Amino acid sequence: MALLDIQNLVVEFQTASGSFRAVDGVSLHVEEREVLAIVGESGSGKSVSMLAVMGLLPWTATVTADKMSFAGRDLLKMNSAERRKIVGKDMSMIFQEPMASLNPCFTIGFQIEEVLRFHMGMDKAQRRARAIELLKQVGIADPAERLDSFPHQMSGGQCQRVMIAIAIACNPRLLIADEPTTALDVTIQKQILDLLVSLQAKYGMGLIMITHNMGVVAETADRVIVQYKGRKMEEADVLSLFESPKSNYTRALLSALPENAVGDRLPTVSDMLFEPAPSAAGAAR
Amino acid sequence: MSVRVLEGKDIRRDYHVGGGLFRGARTVHAVKGVSFSVDKGKTLAIVGESGCGKSTLARIITLIDPATSGELFIDGNKVDIARDGLTKEMRRKVQIVFQNPYGSLNPRQKIGDVLGEPLLINTDKPAEERRDLAMKMLKKVGLGTEHYNRYPHMFSGGQRQRIAIARALMLNPSLLVLDEPVSALDLSVQAQVLNLLADLQDEFQLTYVFISHDLSVVRYIADDVMVMYFGEAVEYGSRDEVFADPKHSYTKTLFAATPRADVASIKARLAKKKAA
Repeated sequence: MALLDIQNLVVEFQTASGSFRAVDGVSLHVEEREVLAIVGESGSGKSVSMLAVMGLLPWTATVTADKMSFAGRDLLKMNSAERRKIVGKDMSMIFQEPMASLNPCFTIGFQIEEVLRFHMGMDKAQRRARAIELLKQVGIADPAERLDSFPHQMSGGQCQRVMIAIAIACNPRLLIADEPTTALDVTIQKQILDLLVSLQAKYGMGLIMITHNMGVVAETADRVIVQYKGRKMEEADVLSLFESPKSNYTRALLSALPENAVGDRLPTVSDMLFEPAPSAAGAAR
Repeated sequence: MSVRVLEGKDIRRDYHVGGGLFRGARTVHAVKGVSFSVDKGKTLAIVGESGCGKSTLARIITLIDPATSGELFIDGNKVDIARDGLTKEMRRKVQIVFQNPYGSLNPRQKIGDVLGEPLLINTDKPAEERRDLAMKMLKKVGLGTEHYNRYPHMFSGGQRQRIAIARALMLNPSLLVLDEPVSALDLSVQAQVLNLLADLQDEFQLTYVFISHDLSVVRYIADDVMVMYFGEAVEYGSRDEVFADPKHSYTKTLFAATPRADVASIKARLAKKKAA
């Protein structure tokens, strides 16, 4: 049984100029122990669909789906109190801006222990011990002293490690990482990706990696979903996606990578998107 | 004969951080003696992580900040803004495009005025001529004359970066400093902007100093590459030299950390995962 199973998810936002459909009929599933990457440009609805799963969208959003179940439980029928018991515990999320997603007014120890208090009901000593263990796991030196640091005393990479520590604090079954490395340097990006993948393998979590970076996809994913303007363009395992992309859009994205440049100009997505697919590869969508 | 547009000799820049109540004054050496040169129509890429001094160097080249010591030559003339100040002519020669197109355009200024302003300040061209030149430049960077009276918020990120490039080109500079011009953009828009930069370079014989941390972009656009690490140039050479045979350990780390998106490395990773 799939860990997360979504059928025909639609998310609409009410705006001053009528309703806007950000996600348009996306279906996806994640198995236990699987890394799924969702790729797309800004505005492709990749973050919004995951925020819908977490129940973190503002009230202006309308979420409908034929099915949205997590570990056999129907998320659509749940009330918000029930949902809060799952979110942050069995299903947790890491965001793009590590500096912005930690609260600057509290020590990182407080912010890690908050999750443990709410979801696990641990006492003070247990929480402290678990927080130190978590910081050690995500590779922060001197974890005991670091618990009393504030976010501004740490670098971007360290903050992202703390975010990961909070996300895995309650041994979640599904971890959603929304552009976890976009704000970081390449060398730090590599460390964070390695950390995420090793934690995923160690605890057998399902991992959803939301990104716009094809390199990150190639380095981490088992299976890939390509989204464009709220629609799913293609779904394939990582090797066949890079070897023989089926949709025009995926092909365009891959050829826009500077390392794949042929000649001295790059093909752009709009050049390729509206051209017919070359013969045998089959039609897109 | 190639013409040398930009040359820097042993450029240094120190920042003095004032002491507070509990802390004495310190000196931060942001750039520690960097030398480089760029010929006309070529691109020098400066690579490094945040805090390595690459943006400080960009500010020195753009004549925003003076260097603490060292010599800077632009078009063969020695420039020292700390001593001589900045002439309009010097300002015309070097222009810069910033990283974030959302922050570098005044939200209350129409695009036409954005493009006309460099001419208004630095030349005495009449309003009508400024308008014509702005219209021409809009077309050059792939926008239309109908965009002249619009405000920045009406444009997408890629279009704004085109506007920023157009503004930089209004004064016919000989040197354009591009400070991470595509890192805030989506992959497909990034390709369009890189193509535009290549087209403009061919047309106007522009010289670029291209600052980036994205090695795949650097490999695509650069002629020469300089890798900076903690204020020092640890590697400097032609693109092919640097990419084929990186010498310094930091450059090697940087290459190893760049994610690879080719089929062979995916196969290798999947095989390794299966074995584990």
